[in-house]
Amino acid sequence: MTGATGYNFAYLDEQTKRMIRRAILKAVAIPGYQVPFGSREMPLPYGWGTGGIQVTAAVIGPDDRLKVIDQGADDTTNAVSIRRFFARTAGVATTERTTEATVIQTRHRIPETPLVEGQILVYQVPIPEPLRWLEPRETETRKMHALADYGAMHVKLYEDIARFGRIATTYDYPVLVNGRYLMRPSPIPKFDNPKMHMNPALQLFGAGREKRIYAVPPYTAVKSLDFEDHPFEVQRWDQACAICGSADSFLDEVVTDDRGGRMYVCSDTDHCTSQQTRKEAAE
Amino acid sequence: MTPLLKVTGLTRMYGNRVGCRDVSFELWPGEVMGIVGESGSGKTTLLSCLSARLEPTAGTVEYDTRAEGLQDIYAMGEPRRRLLMRTDWGIVHQNPRDGLRMGVSAGANVGERLMAVGARHYGEIRAQADEWLRKVEIDGDRIDDLPLTFSGGMLQRLQIARNLVTHPRLVFMDEPTGGLDVSVQARLLDLLRRLVTDLGLAAIVVTHDLAVARLLAHRLMVMRRGEVVETGLTDQVLDDPHHPYTQLLVSSVLQP
Repeated sequence: MTGATGYNFAYLDEQTKRMIRRAILKAVAIPGYQVPFGSREMPLPYGWGTGGIQVTAAVIGPDDRLKVIDQGADDTTNAVSIRRFFARTAGVATTERTTEATVIQTRHRIPETPLVEGQILVYQVPIPEPLRWLEPRETETRKMHALADYGAMHVKLYEDIARFGRIATTYDYPVLVNGRYLMRPSPIPKFDNPKMHMNPALQLFGAGREKRIYAVPPYTAVKSLDFEDHPFEVQRWDQACAICGSADSFLDEVVTDDRGGRMYVCSDTDHCTSQQTRKEAAE
Repeated sequence: MTPLLKVTGLTRMYGNRVGCRDVSFELWPGEVMGIVGESGSGKTTLLSCLSARLEPTAGTVEYDTRAEGLQDIYAMGEPRRRLLMRTDWGIVHQNPRDGLRMGVSAGANVGERLMAVGARHYGEIRAQADEWLRKVEIDGDRIDDLPLTFSGGMLQRLQIARNLVTHPRLVFMDEPTGGLDVSVQARLLDLLRRLVTDLGLAAIVVTHDLAVARLLAHRLMVMRRGEVVETGLTDQVLDDPHHPYTQLLVSSVLQP
């Protein structure tokens, strides 16, 4: 496949990509720190992954193999459009297999298959500032980051326990990166938070509307906030995936009829398919 | 013995206008100082300068830190100043909505300072919040209610609990009883006086209400047009005012 004519490689012009790469380098140098960048208009609406798509455009090369997931699935609108966008404008190979991909752009999930060195995971981030809920002023949140003044973040967790008896935050669960910067991991379920810790892959976060880029370099400590008597826990299910039988993956509840019928299936479609294939091969 | 707070030549200008000019005094541990004066006399400006919220144009504010003795609060770094404000100091605002987080429960409001200085045990934070709510006469079963559902007097008491939970040594109060009706005022003053005595707090109370000053303050500073015109023991200043302005102030109190 070749790139579409009339467009630069991967849509963005070289100066823009250079600017984004500079922001990425800075972000990698200071894990968890939000680097401002000159976010461009992209041919998709804000909230659909304009930040992620710009980061991907800046890091992708002709030899890369791209995978795009949306809530774990390769076949939803957002994932299909972005994958096709790069297939057209950059002419890169695409894949649905986590193991074959070199760049994975994701909306709200980390693949179940463990990532390896050399892979890049690009997150789409709606709101990058973890303290925004507590402090509406940008000047003040920046100061809080500068002084590592993060005690107030626990107020949110306290409030959860006081109301629900447990930490009820299930996605976008705040983490402390490298023991220094508080970071919002984008709306991934907290089930995925432990996967960020000491991950061998490079994790990049792009927020297009908010014009921020941040990163977690390979093998960086990522700790989820918690209380001593209410430690961090991930979600568990009583069921296994109805399709592949996997018992340790993140499950979606799918309503199948209007009489209360429902099934639980893996949210990561690639993981589900490979589990099925493995099961069939074994039989 | 060193003073808790030592203020020298404190001046704050707003362009050509005077906020407060050339204020000097010393505050000793356990002492309650009242600042009275008409509105616009620079009371609140002075309080903001003292409590590290407004940088003075000239002069110094030194505080007796636990570790290193007297330190100029505007010369120390911002992280240390913030820590000081959260541990050793309390600031009670006139409008409790300025000093509280209205969107989170009463317990979280009281616990915030504890969490900010590193408490990470939910049970202990909650137990302390509960204890402090009782101390300021708020029922323990209101601990999970939002401050929005509280009355004005309760909000003010909640704000006081939130400030005292880290056992500060110095509390700044800006019109603590402003905007409350008289019976609630009386109860709050009673509570404040008891807490100040029990905990051995030093406090600086800004008020335009001489009755409040009489009840709470040991020592009084009368301000007019940004300058201190008279200082002395509360009873002495109120019963035997020397400066013409103080005489006017004392004689204009309404007697029911």
